[in-house]
Amino acid sequence: MIRRLIWTHKPTRSLGGNLLVLLFILAGACFSVLPLIYAVSNAFKPLDELFIWPPRFFVRNPTLDNFIDLLVLMAGSWIPFSRYVLNTVLISVLGTAGHVILASMAAYALSKHKFPGANLFFSMVILSLMFARQVTAIPNYLIMSRLGWVDTYLAIILPAWAMSLGLFLMKQFMDAMIHDSLLESARIEGASEWVLFWRVVMPNVRPGWLTLIILAFQSLWNETGGQFIYSEQLKTLPYALNQILAAGIARAGVGAAVGVVLMIVPITVFVVNQSRVIETMGAAGIK
Amino acid sequence: MRPVIATSAASIPEPNWAQRLWKEIKANKAAYFFLAPYAILFFLFTVLPVLIAIGLSFTHYNMLQPPKWIGYQNYLRLFLSDDVFLIAVKNTFVFAIITGPLSYFACFVFAWLINDLQPRIRAVLTLMLYAPSISGSMFMIWTVMFSGDAYGYINGTLLKFGIIDEPIQFLTDPQWMMPVVIIVVLWMSLGTSFLAFIAGLQGVDSELYEAAAVDGVRNRWQELVFITLPQMKGYLMFGAIMSITNSFAAAAQIIPLVGFPSTDYAGHTIVTHLIDYGNVRFEMGYASAIAVILFVAMVGTQRLVQRLLNSLDS
Repeated sequence: MIRRLIWTHKPTRSLGGNLLVLLFILAGACFSVLPLIYAVSNAFKPLDELFIWPPRFFVRNPTLDNFIDLLVLMAGSWIPFSRYVLNTVLISVLGTAGHVILASMAAYALSKHKFPGANLFFSMVILSLMFARQVTAIPNYLIMSRLGWVDTYLAIILPAWAMSLGLFLMKQFMDAMIHDSLLESARIEGASEWVLFWRVVMPNVRPGWLTLIILAFQSLWNETGGQFIYSEQLKTLPYALNQILAAGIARAGVGAAVGVVLMIVPITVFVVNQSRVIETMGAAGIK
Repeated sequence: MRPVIATSAASIPEPNWAQRLWKEIKANKAAYFFLAPYAILFFLFTVLPVLIAIGLSFTHYNMLQPPKWIGYQNYLRLFLSDDVFLIAVKNTFVFAIITGPLSYFACFVFAWLINDLQPRIRAVLTLMLYAPSISGSMFMIWTVMFSGDAYGYINGTLLKFGIIDEPIQFLTDPQWMMPVVIIVVLWMSLGTSFLAFIAGLQGVDSELYEAAAVDGVRNRWQELVFITLPQMKGYLMFGAIMSITNSFAAAAQIIPLVGFPSTDYAGHTIVTHLIDYGNVRFEMGYASAIAVILFVAMVGTQRLVQRLLNSLDS
């Protein structure tokens, strides 16, 4: 009975092996999570516990002081803090949505159509992953200023739409999960390419774009906008919170609180999407 | 779009290659429409900057005066008179050889193993394993854990139990820097590829496993070799490329951990060297040359790994 609660039924598994594997996974999970628990518990430590010797792992007298300090610092900021939050939400949502749609469309073309230039284009996308971003920053800035996009969100959102990662990822998913026979039968029924893409392809690669949403959202959420955004009212949340941290060790407690606050939204996006990725298995029948 | 049928091209009397190409392009109009929005942005914001950077690598460019063409001088200087670059190359390779394969295997092994568990347990464990890579700047907690004074968690504990007499300078002692950085990077390594593998495993048809069990596949290892790995080929290639780019281009975690520049350049990698010249000394031409070398190294490694994966296949 308990066995059923933990493992899905597979005829090729032994109980002993399963238990060993579970132990291994739990060990990995502990290694992953313990430092984070330490970090989160730091955010609830009063100042005298943060600098105590020997250092304590868990908090003894939890306090919300660090979060209250953070709120006070936020309230005192030049621009209302909600503006930074709004900016980051705007960039993350628009950037992610556009990237998922454009990258999936392009991936569909590359995965399911053979046309002149397809392979060349795809290898360019892969190669681009290997070129250090630090040196393309200057050429990118020149291009943005030529376009007149410096100090606007266009400079952040539009390049995000064409990140290499999403196209590469979606193409692998479409290669593996969409069978040509499926497309052929829909074409015979007279579906246009556009309808085919939205009604047949996208529903079948659901685990793919749910995963891509997690990844794209997370990278945009941490966007500081430093290179292109100069107006204070356009700056992002990570930028503003980093400013608070710039005061150094005096804000060690607030710093821990900042880490917790910044993490909440990406974690939520992750939990919502990932649980749906796993659900697709139940509804399996990917045919 | 229906694939081009060879006979339709042949019915036209001897078309030359340009006409044939045009015909094929016209036949695939829909594909180009799907690709175009992405492709335009990609060319503008990725391809063009890379081409400009490659061009700049043959110039002297301090970002104030216009670039001055100096041929391959930057490359000569890199290999012949920049000792620190050679240290950076060595460090990068050591770092990449350890973290690249380890993170790759960890991503696949964990994704594969948790795939046997019931969805609810799997969701919790996925969150725990993935949490470090979603935690943003929280990896800085490791600077507290490895802090060189007695307040550092690890030093504090070791001192308390009398294992050491004085704190170890984990983050400034050249002997310790690389191991510490590798531990932290591995801690964060269950990221993009891990999620891609999990989602990819969802897509493997469960009937394949059932059929395999009937056909005499006995244990998880046989199943892995005969069913899972062949089905996951595309994702495995994806993961390999992500591991290569991440392990060769690491800098985002290294600089905050061991400082910049690090003691005796013990934590100096090709990318930190590049940042040194690009963002500190404003020698963009030289920095671009470093990027080109790094690019070549990564492409070479990728080719090697691809050949390896293909040979495993046959």
